[in-house]
Amino acid sequence: MADLTSTFAGIKSPNPFWLASAPPTDKAYNVERAFEAGWGGVVWKTVGEDPPIVNVNGPRYAALLSQDRRVIGFNNIELISDRPLQVNLDEMRRVKRDWPDRAVLASLMVPCTENDWRDILRKVEDTGCDGVELNFGCPHGMSERGMGSAVGQVPEYIEMVARWCKQHTKLPVIVKLTPNITDIRFPARAARKGGADAVSLVNTLNSIMGVDLERMTMLPSTDGRGSHGGYCGFAIKPIALNMVSEIARDKETRGMPISGIGGITTWRDAAEFIALGAGNVQVCTAAMVYGFKIIKDLTDGLANFMDAQGYRTIADFHGKAVGTITDWQNLNLNHVEKAVINQDLCIQCGRCHVVCEDTAHQAIATTLNGKRHFEVKDEECVGCNLCVSICPVSDCITMRALKPGEIDTRTGLKATGKYANWTTHPNNPMRKEAEIP
Amino acid sequence: MNGKGDGIKAGRLTADEYAKNFSDSHAPLNRVQALIEADRCYYCYDAPCIKACPTGIDIPTFIQRIAQENVRGAARAILEENILGGMCARVCPTEVLCEQACVRNTNEDKPVEIGLLQRFATDGYFARPGAPLFTRAPATGRRAAVVGAGPAGLSFAHRLAMLGHDVVLFDANPKPGGLNEYGLATYKTVDGFAQKEIDWLLSIGGIEVRCNQALGRDVVLDDLVRDYDAVFLGMGLAGVNALGVAEPQATGLRDAVRFIAELRQARDFSKVPIGRKVVVIGGGMTAVDAAVQSKKLGAEDVTIVYRRGEAAMSASDYEQDWAKRCGVTIKHWAAPKEVLAEGGQVRGVRFAYTRSDNGKLVETGESFTMPADVVFKAIGQTYEAAAAGAAIALKSGRIVTDGDGRTSHAKVWAGGDCTYGGRDLTVEAVEHGKRAAISVHKEIQHG
Repeated sequence: MADLTSTFAGIKSPNPFWLASAPPTDKAYNVERAFEAGWGGVVWKTVGEDPPIVNVNGPRYAALLSQDRRVIGFNNIELISDRPLQVNLDEMRRVKRDWPDRAVLASLMVPCTENDWRDILRKVEDTGCDGVELNFGCPHGMSERGMGSAVGQVPEYIEMVARWCKQHTKLPVIVKLTPNITDIRFPARAARKGGADAVSLVNTLNSIMGVDLERMTMLPSTDGRGSHGGYCGFAIKPIALNMVSEIARDKETRGMPISGIGGITTWRDAAEFIALGAGNVQVCTAAMVYGFKIIKDLTDGLANFMDAQGYRTIADFHGKAVGTITDWQNLNLNHVEKAVINQDLCIQCGRCHVVCEDTAHQAIATTLNGKRHFEVKDEECVGCNLCVSICPVSDCITMRALKPGEIDTRTGLKATGKYANWTTHPNNPMRKEAEIP
Repeated sequence: MNGKGDGIKAGRLTADEYAKNFSDSHAPLNRVQALIEADRCYYCYDAPCIKACPTGIDIPTFIQRIAQENVRGAARAILEENILGGMCARVCPTEVLCEQACVRNTNEDKPVEIGLLQRFATDGYFARPGAPLFTRAPATGRRAAVVGAGPAGLSFAHRLAMLGHDVVLFDANPKPGGLNEYGLATYKTVDGFAQKEIDWLLSIGGIEVRCNQALGRDVVLDDLVRDYDAVFLGMGLAGVNALGVAEPQATGLRDAVRFIAELRQARDFSKVPIGRKVVVIGGGMTAVDAAVQSKKLGAEDVTIVYRRGEAAMSASDYEQDWAKRCGVTIKHWAAPKEVLAEGGQVRGVRFAYTRSDNGKLVETGESFTMPADVVFKAIGQTYEAAAAGAAIALKSGRIVTDGDGRTSHAKVWAGGDCTYGGRDLTVEAVEHGKRAAISVHKEIQHG
């Protein structure tokens, strides 16, 4: 039976699912409901110095929807907690006392002076919470005031603040990173240099959700004007997975605990983050779309997956797929795949043909003996996976690797089964001599 | 009120029951439903549904436009191929046309609701038509005559008017529309849709409608051929097949098509009389429409009797199911032998049991009698060839045409049910009219 208990940067929780610092963790009422539902921990919505910030009273959220209004992506312009600091601290203390087995972390955001950080850390530590997360990610509003992603975009600031925090608290310090940068490894390295215990990522991406074309106004707008928000939800999962994996495989940050965040909606998403190096995961948008009850599906699905795969603990598959990520130049150029259409599953929509014909390699025929029939032309197929990607029937089109000895009818070359990459390829002007095995 | 009384009576139901029974039989999609349904379309390449549509509507395109909330564009995609796309959305047997071809059937047995989406687009457009979708090419000074303002004639007239020619439409009935106005079950086209659609169609201009003008009575083909650059015949099927047994002069023995037409023109259904026990003889759409509407008028027992089995019925499975859901009994393998009448009133029908003997229909020798106050004949209609005269060649009693609708007469084209071949569908008639117009245009544009 799978053991879902989690220890992340020394913080224990009954499962690896925390609610991310966001509206769902705004106050005791929400957090208690979350704990009743079964969430392993919460990162309390970011607190700052008094007087509290002020939020807009018009739309704070907007969604990118599918045709039947499923939320694909989500955006917000809400700022950090708009409640007095002491109210938040009192509630945190009470909730942690009442739910000792759950993780309660405080997310913090104050101006970039050592005194400010020291003061808030002292107050937060006093609540009995399990750790702090430094909000260097929030990309809207607070960043205009030199906080949030304005800090996260400058590695030197990250390192500096992380160092202050480690000096002024015994609590584990997690640095939350913004994805609104060019290379995620630099802020992660800075966090580590500053002594942070862990990083969490990603925060939200700068975004405008759309334009009201009748009024010619950006969306969402407050009384006719809008400001970019932070984009999150299922749509950003691939971006987050990449950033998590980059930190997991970077020499300078390898081994540093990573709390994976970004579009986690199902147990499968969570498992993927863990496989690419996340020690635990944080969820926000999925809860904001469906409510806290989803935690039951997340834990049940993850436990069943682990049981099926023979993983007893999270650690058993933590980072297990990281080693499969490499630089493009290391990919095996001798590996050849061809698309195969399962005619028993094909519903004859012909989409594979038209996209291949119009936008790829003209490798799917439309007729057989005068009848509508879609078949891959191996002699044209480059194995690009476009048809697999757009086929509306799952498993109808699959990729088949040529076995050693098989001829690639496109190139006339025989598959050797031997590995060779770009670094030694004859077309590479910078090639190295192939190593003789 | 005597709801269950014997004999032929009007007013068998309450006003509410009539209103409910004759409301839209297939509720239209609302916006939310349309968007969700539109999302189911896979936007197939060379889509099978397009090929299955007799008018070749680019179905994935119009559905994609619905999904993009471009209702006007969706309506354009429909109407540019099928000018009566609004009516066809209501009456097409989509289950044997576009929806049968939908690739969704393979995994789900549930095609995209193309008919309902087409209705959503066309209804949405007609509710707010805005600027005209179609305008006329510069006037050519050429004129065509159309006999029969049904779907084929209207489609022909509109396309020819678009191409810059003038058209005069002659129709024997008081209103244009043909079967759209006189021949469909009332609950398929409520709220006067047929005339609204025709008004919109005619709004392109250049089409003059002359009603109460029957060919052979008020106008003759020779004159039309002389006076116009081209003539299109789309008179449909005015004749009704006889039962093939003695038909007594008795109240209650009626042609189903007349009953259907009467209902379409009825302003108050409580004034339309119907029997307590109704027998409909036939196996097509007309039989179903007559039977179901008898039931909806309050008839207690309604039975369709067909001489062959279920598979041979020309009414689609969907129509047969609809009849059964409406409380109609369908009895197979029985042929009428004698219409029983007493005192000038129909009392029933004696049927012979039949069976198939290597495909040939034979009677078993046994028979049964079914009591009825009303017996509807719905065993097919015929083309009345005399009106057009001997100049127009026939095959199996209908006008022979080529793929462009040309008849044996160089200046005469034809389309719709009066022509040979096809399934006698509204949507086919529209296509006939469209093709013939394009052919006529090629012929007459240069004089």
